[in-house]
Amino acid sequence: MAKAAKKIINDPKNVVEEMLDGLVLANDGRVARVPGYAAIVRTDLPESKVALLIGGGSGHEPLFHGFVGRNMGDGAACGQVFAAPSPDIIVAAAKAVDRGRGILFLYGNYAGDNMNFDMAAELLADDGIEVRTVRVCDDVAAAPPERMHDRRGIAGDLLMIKVAGGAAAELDTLDAVERVAKKAAANVRSMAVAVSPGSIPQTGKPTFELADDEIEVGMGAHGEAGISRQKLAPADAVADQMMEKILADLPFSAGDEVALLINNLGATTMMEMLIVNRRVRQILEQRGIGVHRTDVGTFVTTQEMAGFSLTLMKLDAELKHYLDLPAESLGYSRR
Amino acid sequence: MMAMMEMTMTETGTLDLTRTVALLEHVSNRMIAQVDILTDADLAIGDGDHGIGMQRGFEGALESLKTAPPATIEEALRTVGSSILSKTGGAAGAIFGTLFRAGSKALGDGQALDAGGFAAFLETGLEAVLKRGGVTEGQKTIIDALAPAARAARLGAGGSLATTIAMASRAADDGVEATKAMIATTGKARSLGERSIGHPDPGAISVSLILKAMHEFVTSA
Repeated sequence: MAKAAKKIINDPKNVVEEMLDGLVLANDGRVARVPGYAAIVRTDLPESKVALLIGGGSGHEPLFHGFVGRNMGDGAACGQVFAAPSPDIIVAAAKAVDRGRGILFLYGNYAGDNMNFDMAAELLADDGIEVRTVRVCDDVAAAPPERMHDRRGIAGDLLMIKVAGGAAAELDTLDAVERVAKKAAANVRSMAVAVSPGSIPQTGKPTFELADDEIEVGMGAHGEAGISRQKLAPADAVADQMMEKILADLPFSAGDEVALLINNLGATTMMEMLIVNRRVRQILEQRGIGVHRTDVGTFVTTQEMAGFSLTLMKLDAELKHYLDLPAESLGYSRR
Repeated sequence: MMAMMEMTMTETGTLDLTRTVALLEHVSNRMIAQVDILTDADLAIGDGDHGIGMQRGFEGALESLKTAPPATIEEALRTVGSSILSKTGGAAGAIFGTLFRAGSKALGDGQALDAGGFAAFLETGLEAVLKRGGVTEGQKTIIDALAPAARAARLGAGGSLATTIAMASRAADDGVEATKAMIATTGKARSLGERSIGHPDPGAISVSLILKAMHEFVTSA
């Protein structure tokens, strides 16, 4: 077993609480803690709106709690590291964001998240608060296309939060926001490659093991097995392999316009991701696929895991509109 | 003291409220002490958070049982379930929280935990977990220990509580052993496919450890 990772933390039991305190302070007053719970909420919420509640396990920062802000999530329910938030946290967060027009739950498709958010939705229904759910299932490596419901949510979360957040800011009904979010979910595809593992602060143990000269294509955010464990290869070859799988899945075809997201899983250099971006653009150009916008950065991580993911979302005019609204949050801001 | 308790146990084959709370405290302490077993089992086919999750849940249970002493056996079991649900989080929180919370309803206003009540607790809890998780036996989950344990408890329910728990515990151990040969088809381990063969399911191990701790308590009390 590899030795424990170096982390600058205090008591490992307190990482989520202490992180959320720091996160609120880093938002310059735009978000606040929901008292007594591992949840945060916007401080500038309009009086009446459809609410977007996001959330999931911590440890993937800035994912979820870093994406709360104008035209993004209205609030986030935060679990322990890699563990879904419990129903009481979700209910507290939901009540804090509720502005009388219903709440859309948006989160990654994992058994723990599904069960806890469903339990929370049942409790909220008892209190007369209407909840709809859209799960992000963008990881093409997790299951074949006919089993979308078995696919986990990875970096596509960011584009989904961006679209759903925009829709929840402008559309009046939960029905309408749900429809846009479902359309975005149906058009987003991702895949990751792992180079080295991350670790849970409390155990200090790596979540998986890879030999020094190995990578795993298609590996999930928590070290879930991918589609191929292989020798380290040049960036172009790895990008080719990932893009082939992603493009064939929707499929994306000539004339399509996409949002492109190249996401750092934690410890990969910007240099490597830009080299990959160069190749991805060559491939897209060759296929006649246009790129409407590009994001390269650190958005959905797994602690100090090294590797990156590629995400494409096929856009129409409506998705472009919501995606392009200005975003303000700790983890993602763009005019 | 010890002799008297043994007498209480063998004469009636039941546990009163005080002894049921002591049983749950013993289970909690044993689960907290065995965090590393669960961490290592989960690292093999998951992300390694099952041990610390169960530790958080049972620490919460100990705290709640102490600060808000339950008035009934149903409430004692529900307190443990609520603590696990809110403190463990993740899939394990939802599943073990549901097991204890839903299972507690089978006890009604009974003033003692007997063999029949224990079997009903496992059966009712199992039913709720199956519904919540949308899984069946054979998918390499907690169910593969819990379902055989519930069946064994029903078979033993005509006898003493200690015998019934012993039968359930043995069935859960066998269930854990059987998960080694199974391919995970749900949860985070699902993507491992055949690579999950040879490793027992961490959730199933937790079921067997809970029942083993209960067995220790009723045979040593």
